[in-house]
Amino acid sequence: MDTAIFFIQVLNSVQYGLLLFLVASGLTLIFGIMGIINLAHGSFYMIGAYLAFSLTGLIGDFWLALAAGVVVAVLIGLALEWLVIRFLYDRDHLYQVLLTYGLILIFEECRSLLWGDDVHGVPVPPALDFSIPLTENLSYQVFRVAMSAICLALAAGMYWLIQKTRLGMMIRAGSVNREMVQSLGINIGLLYRVVFALGVALAAFAGMLGSPVSSVFPGMGNQVLIVSFVVVVIGGIGSVKGALVAALAIGFADTFGKVLLPQIAGMVVYLLMAAILLWRPQGIFGKA
Amino acid sequence: MERQPRALQVLLAIGLVALAAFPLVGEKFYLQFITKLMIMGIFAMSLDLLVGHTGLVSLGHALFFGVAAYALMLLTPEYQAAGFWTSLGVSLGVAALAALIVGFFVLRTTGIYFIMVTLAFGQMTYFYVHDSSHLGGSDGKYIYVRPVLEIAGWSPFDLERPAHFYYVALAMMVFVYLMLRVLLASPFGRVISGIKENEHRMRMLGFATFRYKLVCFVLAGTLAGLAGWLAAAHDGLVNPEMLSWHQSGQLLMMVILGGMGTPSGPILGAAALKVLELVFQGWTKHWQLLLGGFIVLSVLLLPRGLAQLFESKRRD
Repeated sequence: MDTAIFFIQVLNSVQYGLLLFLVASGLTLIFGIMGIINLAHGSFYMIGAYLAFSLTGLIGDFWLALAAGVVVAVLIGLALEWLVIRFLYDRDHLYQVLLTYGLILIFEECRSLLWGDDVHGVPVPPALDFSIPLTENLSYQVFRVAMSAICLALAAGMYWLIQKTRLGMMIRAGSVNREMVQSLGINIGLLYRVVFALGVALAAFAGMLGSPVSSVFPGMGNQVLIVSFVVVVIGGIGSVKGALVAALAIGFADTFGKVLLPQIAGMVVYLLMAAILLWRPQGIFGKA
Repeated sequence: MERQPRALQVLLAIGLVALAAFPLVGEKFYLQFITKLMIMGIFAMSLDLLVGHTGLVSLGHALFFGVAAYALMLLTPEYQAAGFWTSLGVSLGVAALAALIVGFFVLRTTGIYFIMVTLAFGQMTYFYVHDSSHLGGSDGKYIYVRPVLEIAGWSPFDLERPAHFYYVALAMMVFVYLMLRVLLASPFGRVISGIKENEHRMRMLGFATFRYKLVCFVLAGTLAGLAGWLAAAHDGLVNPEMLSWHQSGQLLMMVILGGMGTPSGPILGAAALKVLELVFQGWTKHWQLLLGGFIVLSVLLLPRGLAQLFESKRRD
């Protein structure tokens, strides 16, 4: 593998890993703070991608569509938490799995009713639709670099939100001791609703941001969901930092797996997971 | 052995008689439909051994169902029949081995990790099969001839005939049901329900809980393999969807719908869900919307499953 190709693969790994991080961080937050295992998380990613497809067509500008899409996603998150998720807090994981599995079926069929079963594409925003030449015949698309930059900015923003703000303090406290937070006069129900909406928005945002480079197709959510689970398990459930490290590791494993071991490319990430679990069953940053 | 409510006992007895008599009157379509129900019933009972009795929520149980099905496909020569006992034995063996290997890894984790890791193992196998052209890739492969049982030139039943297959599936389902009831009433069954209640305590009492859980996992995997073998032989077809996590998710739904940890719950749940599916499919192309809505509502409204409807009051 020569240097230029290697460099491109590294960029691809980082870009895929960071996008995965956005989805997985929502998943891990929702579990870590609310104790909810959310199988429908991949559906939010899918909804995001379809929103980007529709809204870009409607508004005409990708970035405005992105902003509008986030608003829609937050509303969906708030509504969903209020309608069903809030009844799951005291229930066994088993029922959470089941209910959110039911939600997947509902979302998939709604997608089929609203958008049909065809594959769609979202155009790359024109301002970033050019490539940086690396060698004579290899180049790298600027939009992909911008994607990574946006993901990194969001990761930094999340760190700031959780570690440095008052809301973040409440969120962290809520994950440690729900009753105590409540008795200190904080509306834990509202807090959970906000966290859930944040998670939904993150997944949907990832779907929107990634839509110009991957196409928009039925079942895209499931694929992402399972890989996000792997990320969360490897990183340690509830750990955002772990999710970042694990997502990048998966990004590299998957990208280089496809180049170096094409026969078993689909399995590489799962093998990585099995290896890490043998070493640390609670994940890299998980508490024992 | 835990006593079941009288009403349920009577219903089960009636159900069994009805099942045994059905081929005398039933049409071919319904004969095959009920055969599928019974196969799913075996599959659901195998998962309930983990979920309902040992407290291990697996979301990758389709793996074992799938590998046994694929084993039958590989054992069946093209346009010829595989031997009944050999193919069944090998399929179960493959499923058991897979469960032993997977179990060794996944049982190191608990709770939510266990759910996610079983899911990941299931998907790993799914992608392997999906991407392997010699296994038929995403389309799967046909099994043109069903296995044949022959003892010195005499074959007691012919799986090509729906009614015969029906009785084989019924016999297997009853066998699995009785076996699990005996097993769960045995000291072994007491230990695993102890593990479900409080694993720490069982370990303190000196039980090697990991080994008990591994045995359970392998047994559940083997029984799922039996269901997979039956399904492949019945449908004459294997495809990656048999291993997909949708299969595992639906199975979990059956177990919970029927009431987990109850002896006949998984069978009831499997039947209820499949019948519901058939009804919904008759109504609309977008039947999964209805099924999803049904699942959500049943979790919210019927926390202990259909078996709850039969429970006598004094258990509360």
